[in-house]
Amino acid sequence: MKAEIRAKIRKIATFVEETSTEMGRKVDPPTRRAAAVAVIENPYAGKYVEDLSELMTIGEELGELLTQRAIAALGIEGPSAESYGKAAAVGENGELEHAAAILHPKLGVPVRRVLGKGAALIPSSKKRGGLGVVLDIPLGHKDAAFVRSHFDGMEVRISDAPRANEIMVAIAVTDSGRPLPRVGGLTKEQIKGEDGLR
Amino acid sequence: MPEVQIRKRMLLVEEIFHEGGPVALKPHRRAAALVVIRNPYAGGYVEKIEGFMDDLKPLGLEMARSLVTALGGDPKVVEGYGKGAIVGAAGEIEHGALWHVPGGYAMRDVLGGAKAIVASTKKVGGPGTRLDIPITHINASYVRSHFDALEVGIADAPCADEILLALVMTTGARVHARVGGLKASEIKGEDGLR
Repeated sequence: MKAEIRAKIRKIATFVEETSTEMGRKVDPPTRRAAAVAVIENPYAGKYVEDLSELMTIGEELGELLTQRAIAALGIEGPSAESYGKAAAVGENGELEHAAAILHPKLGVPVRRVLGKGAALIPSSKKRGGLGVVLDIPLGHKDAAFVRSHFDGMEVRISDAPRANEIMVAIAVTDSGRPLPRVGGLTKEQIKGEDGLR
Repeated sequence: MPEVQIRKRMLLVEEIFHEGGPVALKPHRRAAALVVIRNPYAGGYVEKIEGFMDDLKPLGLEMARSLVTALGGDPKVVEGYGKGAIVGAAGEIEHGALWHVPGGYAMRDVLGGAKAIVASTKKVGGPGTRLDIPITHINASYVRSHFDALEVGIADAPCADEILLALVMTTGARVHARVGGLKASEIKGEDGLR
């Protein structure tokens, strides 16, 4: 970890899932997805603070750190990633806006830098909750949000987080879509990749 | 003998820097390998099931090796371990017990003959069931600093006809261990207990 990192990180968890069979049918190649989750101190816990810029900066550094962790866990280079998503859970002494400050203003730029392109919106979810809260991280294709085979979600949770004064920040990256996609729509081969949608 | 059919795998790695106290010089790391397999005995009582333990041995070794890799590749850094299983609703707890031998001995082999019994737990449960896997020191069960547990689970597993198998390894003591007892530095290493 870089010395100048501002976030006070208590722990980092990475999850890798690989699905090789579904309904008895082989998934070839297996679909793979990873999530990297940091548990950090919430600098604004317990009080209303108007200016949330410190959390925005923390979002920027976690965007880089967690994306690197996720692709390392998958053992791929950034440009090989196919879909992504992000989420945050704020402990009970924080407010939902703290999650927004981390996720939305600055986190996306380093994510896209690590992954090569990323024309599409990074789908996101957020909530406030107690220890062991479940985060469902939405997933969408990184270059074209309408690629139907890549609409998905990944559940993560950490039994001892977030404590009241903490925030859980998660980034999920995949090298594939759902295991056996067959509901039509735009395919990844048809991506134009200009507007982030198709 | 039934074939081991894998539906999915999950690897979880936790890196703990502190828990409100001094930041650790070396973060405490805990890793879990989870594999969801079809339960060949789901749906009815089968008397003879022991043979499946042999079928699970290669999977146990593969999972144990994947944990060592996840913790950096050197088996010497591994100081704690544990194992567990969740049996889907169409199976019985005895099917989870099939994991004791192939799961435990796989970790001992990969770690170069660890002496302590591998702490374990198991249950029958539905998809999303959580399991708190107990963790103890690999050479001396009584080392108090290494008593720990890691919660694991997968949202969509185990289905009724599946078993979720789990192995866990860790790199050392709890991050702020300070409740005394036998220390890792005091291990005699003869009986697996002290």
